[in-house]
Amino acid sequence: MAERSPATRRGLATLLAFVLAFLYLPIGILVALSFNAGGMPTAWTGFSAKWYGALLSNRDILSAAGNTLVVGVISTLIATILGTLLALGIETRRRKGRAIEALVFAPMIIPDIVLAIALLSFFSLLNVPMGLHTIIASHVVFNLAFVSAVVRARLKTFDWSVTEASADLGASALTTFRRVTLPLILPAVIAGALLAFTLSVDEFIIAFFTAGAGRASTTLPMQIFAMIRFGVTPEINALATLVMLVSVTALTLAQRLNRGVIAP
Amino acid sequence: MAPALAWLTALMVIPCALILALGFFRRGVYGGIEYTFTLENFALLLDPLYAGIFLTSARIAGTATLIAVVIGYAAAYAIAAAPRHRQPLLLFLAVLPFWSNYLIRTYAWIVLLNREGLITQALRMMGYEGEPPSLLYTEGAVITGLVYNYLPFVILACYAPLARLNPELAEASRDLGASAFTTFRRVVLPMTLHGVAAGAVFVFVLSIGNFITPALLGGGRFQMIGNLVYAQFLTANDWPFGAALSMALIAIMMGLLTLQAMAADRGAGQRREGADG
Repeated sequence: MAERSPATRRGLATLLAFVLAFLYLPIGILVALSFNAGGMPTAWTGFSAKWYGALLSNRDILSAAGNTLVVGVISTLIATILGTLLALGIETRRRKGRAIEALVFAPMIIPDIVLAIALLSFFSLLNVPMGLHTIIASHVVFNLAFVSAVVRARLKTFDWSVTEASADLGASALTTFRRVTLPLILPAVIAGALLAFTLSVDEFIIAFFTAGAGRASTTLPMQIFAMIRFGVTPEINALATLVMLVSVTALTLAQRLNRGVIAP
Repeated sequence: MAPALAWLTALMVIPCALILALGFFRRGVYGGIEYTFTLENFALLLDPLYAGIFLTSARIAGTATLIAVVIGYAAAYAIAAAPRHRQPLLLFLAVLPFWSNYLIRTYAWIVLLNREGLITQALRMMGYEGEPPSLLYTEGAVITGLVYNYLPFVILACYAPLARLNPELAEASRDLGASAFTTFRRVVLPMTLHGVAAGAVFVFVLSIGNFITPALLGGGRFQMIGNLVYAQFLTANDWPFGAALSMALIAIMMGLLTLQAMAADRGAGQRREGADG
């Protein structure tokens, strides 16, 4: 960009500092309050980790965390395999259909409440009993779209001549994939998987609608939503801090592995 | 790729088609579905009560979009103006919250805005002694929540064209005697408007169909379409009407995306001409 006066540059830097403060202060305050011994935002009564201890003795939260882990891991595994194959399929075809593009893009933009009620209607009209398995199947829908987007971005700069070389040297298609293609795209695949895992662990509405009746398949976001309805408590602050820590760690790792997965 | 396409067809295309079909059936007496064809559900969308909710939703989503675009564009401009080696980190910091837990980011605003929340505490410390201000469960709270949650995406959408902008264009404009403001208005803004449009459409679509933010920060006082859909399925038990509402949401989304794609095509043509000329 054009040369700017020092005053303009200072002004822009200040503006950016304000925007970043706006983005991070609310979360920062939440984190700080989770360590407040008194638990209430009224006064700082000393540093304490006791609210984190309280989480460990809360059976509802532990069971919800277990469910979330199951849903996150299984839906990520399925979505990573299907999404990677989808990306390879689309990118190795010379002609790309608009219908396929729309189909793959749709889960990323469709309002989640619409997908949620569509899946609820679908499962209930087919009399499919709902539980963790229906949440997993539903999470795969948007997760595979995100994984395939990340892997496709990597494939755009992929040098296909290395796979041709491998084939010329007598490797089978499977060997070429296993020994040449996969190692080269692996950072993107893992980054896509980390993103998918984060999205699944954080997803509320679709899980809420496809979990079925009863508490057995309550996930962590569903548990948090129910707790928030009763107001601000120090336990939610501690739980929110832990969940944020998991998200931020997974996302930072994804970005380090494969630049562009979160930001260019 | 076949298994993935089959998965998307079975669990997205078919369920969405089912919802479309459901909108044309009648609600059963006991809340079930009666399979007789009707247009009543779509006619009901025009009922003043529901049309009013659409307008409220559009107003809230529109205001949030406008604010997010102004702040987001300014922030993206500031990032693009920062030293080149710092830009990736700044952009990452700006975008990171977007991919983290939506529910928790919204909850953070309850902590700030509730009657005994941090803002009230801050006012008290400054000597304020009256009633705590009603900040939560207002339209302002809903708009703030939407701006907060979607701002990172606008920054990302606006940054791409700003970073690609050839600096010589702005320099040429300044050399030819245009003021900084005129250069911005006549050169920089038109060349980056497609990023703004992409960001705006995205924020508007996700805001108008939002469920969590109006439910938590509006406290049920501000019904938006998302909450209305939720209620039809979980409390009112009128699935056909809920399906018709969802279809209206999808129609708004597709309409805006098409408009944006058309504008982007035209814009790309003009930018090419500009580059040739």
